[in-house]
Amino acid sequence: MKKLLFIIWLSFLSLPFMGIKGALYLFLGICAVFGIFIFLKKSFKKVRIPEIPYNLKFLIIGLLLFIVFLPLIVKDYYIDVAILAGIYIILALGVNVVIGFSGLLHLGFAAFYAIGAYSNALLTTRLGMGFWGALPLTLLFTSVSGLILAFPALRLRGDYLAIVTLGFGEIIRLILNNWDSLTRGPNGISNIPAPFIFGIEFKGLSSYYYLVLVSALIAIFIVRRVYYSRIGRAWLSIREDEVAAEAMGINATKYKFLAFIFGAFWAGLAGALFASKMRFVSPESFTFMESVFVVCMVLLGGLGSIPGVILGSLILVLLPEILREFQLYRMLALGAGLVLMMIFRPQGLLRVETTRLRGKK
Amino acid sequence: MILEARALTKVFGGLKAVEEVSFKVKQGIILSIIGPNGAGKTTLFNCLTGLLSPTKGRVFFEDKDITNKKPYEITTNGIARTFQNIRVFGSMTVLENVMIGQHTRSKEGMFTAILGTKRFRREETEIKSKALEYLEFVGIEDYADALAENLPYGDQKRLEIARALATEPRVLLLDEPAAGMNPQETRELMELINRIREWGKTIIIIEHDMKVVMGISDWIIVLDHGVKIAEGTPGEIQNNPDVIEAYLGKENIF
Repeated sequence: MKKLLFIIWLSFLSLPFMGIKGALYLFLGICAVFGIFIFLKKSFKKVRIPEIPYNLKFLIIGLLLFIVFLPLIVKDYYIDVAILAGIYIILALGVNVVIGFSGLLHLGFAAFYAIGAYSNALLTTRLGMGFWGALPLTLLFTSVSGLILAFPALRLRGDYLAIVTLGFGEIIRLILNNWDSLTRGPNGISNIPAPFIFGIEFKGLSSYYYLVLVSALIAIFIVRRVYYSRIGRAWLSIREDEVAAEAMGINATKYKFLAFIFGAFWAGLAGALFASKMRFVSPESFTFMESVFVVCMVLLGGLGSIPGVILGSLILVLLPEILREFQLYRMLALGAGLVLMMIFRPQGLLRVETTRLRGKK
Repeated sequence: MILEARALTKVFGGLKAVEEVSFKVKQGIILSIIGPNGAGKTTLFNCLTGLLSPTKGRVFFEDKDITNKKPYEITTNGIARTFQNIRVFGSMTVLENVMIGQHTRSKEGMFTAILGTKRFRREETEIKSKALEYLEFVGIEDYADALAENLPYGDQKRLEIARALATEPRVLLLDEPAAGMNPQETRELMELINRIREWGKTIIIIEHDMKVVMGISDWIIVLDHGVKIAEGTPGEIQNNPDVIEAYLGKENIF
């Protein structure tokens, strides 16, 4: 029944640009797909699927080898997409700390991302610093901006917090757009220098790929470590029940501040990588849609689950690239996909599995 | 005196939920606070634990003034509580719930966690083993890896007690621990509370189940409409005419 309603709704959505006939075809098509799916599921229950013997270790090693040697195998275009995916993984990890772990609905993460990108751009182009020299300052700036936002925002809860953070995101974008003397407004900043390592410039895409890969691995490692410490537990308890958390001796305000700063830190790193990869930043890259996009990644993979967030970012970056021909329907597919998720798997793709792992003695 | 309230008053708008309530709690006793619904018992608890700040009056814990302190500071000082409507951390495991209780008794920070130093790992294992001990103490160690929200009601109440104990309090406040329990569970609960007392903890209970109250209390305070109308041993309270009136109404003399 739920499925039928969903199909009707989806077909209805497609009415404006596909016409009645198209919508009808779509309706029948999806019905057929679902029908076949249900039929297969039923008939598969009778047949015992033979277990394929596979070694998890080999699978992981294979995957690692694939990731490490990716630039040697595939075309430049795919490396480009992979770099973007890596940057989004770092960004989504930051968002996950605030929304997923601590349960603070933050809708202005693009602002931290923007501050990271612009700090890097300005420090390198205006002050002539190198990427590595600018990086610590960039991270400092974004972390401090997280702290500054936390002061007014953390007096609020739930919906109000969401609105304030959303406003913050827009304020930062508008500042970047209008402060011509510093940011050159909508024209953006170009000619951002590439990073050097031991005096060698990062020229090719593959060197960027490895830079982003290493950064993403560091981000995953650190976020994981913090998640499995008493700090991570404190964040989770605040998400679950703030009053009870306070009664258990947790200084909720302190840990919420920490979540904002820690989350902003990763957004800053993602922003710096983005700026030096693109060699160009403009306010256009940091709209509200960007924030929503990242929140979608976190929701899709599973709130609070680190593997989930990685999977979510990969899906949301790769899918639009794969489905380039269907550009027109991208937002529709994203929306429909999220609605589907909320109906059939509200906990996200990987949520349950990770909670089980977390409690292992 | 481990805990003392002096003329504690809490006013909500025009309603005096708690009015000039004073009492002293001796170390190591079980004190029950009883009274009809709406008598201000939970409000009193909330004032003691910092969830509400009293309009007037002071609270002293081990001769230290803890009035208007934040809840987490009061817990750190050594007062823990459970809630009337269960507030376990539903999507965390049972073990993790209790590990949260150890938060104030541990201190490793972000950097040692990231580096995974020996000290950090030692503290984590210590927290875990202590948490397991508390789970064993209340008798739900078999559920350690289950999600807290999946526990049956009675076990969630036990979990709350274990979690509160994990903060290593000297005073434990239980808000209606026996509510919604069957007679068997209630007996087990009374036995558990007695074992906690033998541990040397002072316990304050809000409870409606008179079997529990009369069975385990050393001292009873009766509240009605926010005012303390009586206090004494269970025997004294049972025969106190004011208490009988508050619960059953005035005897019809006509």
